[in-house]
Amino acid sequence: MSESRAVLEGPDIHRALTRIAHEILERTKGAGEVVLLGIPTRGATLARRLGDRIEQFEGVKIPVGSIDITMYRDDLRLKPARPLGRTELPPDGIDGKTVVLVDDVLYSGRTVRAALDALNDLGRPTSVQLATLVDRGHRELPIRADYVGKNLPTAKSEKVKVYLEETDGREAVLLIKEGAK
Amino acid sequence: MNRHLISAGDLSKDDALLILDTAEELARVSERSIKKLPTLRGRTVVNLFFEDSTRTRISFEAAAKRLSADVINFSAKGSSVSKGESLKDTALTLEAMGADAVVIRHGSSGAPHRLATWVRGSVVNAGDGTHEHPTQALLDAFSMRRRLGGLDGRRITIVGDVLHSRVARSNVLLLATLGADVTLVAPPTLLPVSVGSWPCEVSYDLDAVLPKSDAVMMLRVQKERMNAAYFPSEREYSRRYGLDRDRFAKMPDEAIVMHPGPMNRGMEIAAEVADSPRSTIVEQVANGVTIRMAVLYLLLGGETVA
Repeated sequence: MSESRAVLEGPDIHRALTRIAHEILERTKGAGEVVLLGIPTRGATLARRLGDRIEQFEGVKIPVGSIDITMYRDDLRLKPARPLGRTELPPDGIDGKTVVLVDDVLYSGRTVRAALDALNDLGRPTSVQLATLVDRGHRELPIRADYVGKNLPTAKSEKVKVYLEETDGREAVLLIKEGAK
Repeated sequence: MNRHLISAGDLSKDDALLILDTAEELARVSERSIKKLPTLRGRTVVNLFFEDSTRTRISFEAAAKRLSADVINFSAKGSSVSKGESLKDTALTLEAMGADAVVIRHGSSGAPHRLATWVRGSVVNAGDGTHEHPTQALLDAFSMRRRLGGLDGRRITIVGDVLHSRVARSNVLLLATLGADVTLVAPPTLLPVSVGSWPCEVSYDLDAVLPKSDAVMMLRVQKERMNAAYFPSEREYSRRYGLDRDRFAKMPDEAIVMHPGPMNRGMEIAAEVADSPRSTIVEQVANGVTIRMAVLYLLLGGETVA
């Protein structure tokens, strides 16, 4: 049996996102040129939530989109072909903007590398930053997050699962210790 | 998904929807300035064309290139086939060159099926004789779904030379899988004997069917395959089974007109109908690249299926 423990509950996730939204505003001096791009599925949801919060706090509406990285993955050949997610850029594009990539869990860093490759085909942002709800460590590439909801020490054998209201009907981050399945 | 795409009938509803949904996302790639994806880098796709083709070959080539695959084009004219090389030897040659996928068009029904037993890579049927043309059916379904919103319960009418049409057979099989109601309309001489076992209705009266159609697909009269008198004259065929302005007016206001191309304007379809905003003929070509990208990605993008 696998045993799971909630490391973040609904209110914790809300507080973490609120803090990240404030940090983005602070670091980018008002988020004037910021575009939030979420990595489907849950990163896209988180990007929308961050966008909503930034609008609440400062009254500026910042462009939010999504960037699917499936076609850029380095592990495509290891599994059967996967269904694609949605790539949706804001109408003004990303050229000359500060792109903040948003994902739910930062782990090996390979997803982010793929996202950087995908961005390269979509335009030329001035700078790219990374926001993640959970950083669970074990990086395999020289990549770090600029905004982190929670640093979560994990073992490689464990799994981190993020549930969000919009896609899963509940709010939680679970740490799952894998025993026999 | 199977390793090969030989018949539209091999696709389950889930497979078919996966291909259509994948194409829906890939259609967005065609709208950006850099239309290329790195997904199939290092993979080789061979276009093996024993029959003439413009749009299908170019479409497969564009699809493979947009996914960064290496493309080798082979046409029977000017190859060792004209020296008498057999399909099997040609296939083994391609195999030795390391083809990950072979896209084959052949005049004989069943050639892709045979080829699939000889090569290790994926075989994609790009039209075999009068048998099947599954990617055409997929792109037709994709075009219809985009225009009509969905296919479940939609009434699709396919008109014309069903006997010689691989497009008709593939469309009937795929549309039935996707839940559409298909009616074939043709003179009795241009319907195959086996049509009674197909998952569709059959009618000889186009005027009765048109008002109840959400999409009307006109088939080309395949003169090159007509070795007998299937109808008295082209003029008579056109009068009874051609889609002219008057018949077009009988269709529901939202109904669309399709044609897999190449068209005989004035024969099975009037020029002004072909050029109307409710015709999807040009869209079908653009959607062809997208759907073939989806098929190649799903067959070659993941781990190789044993």
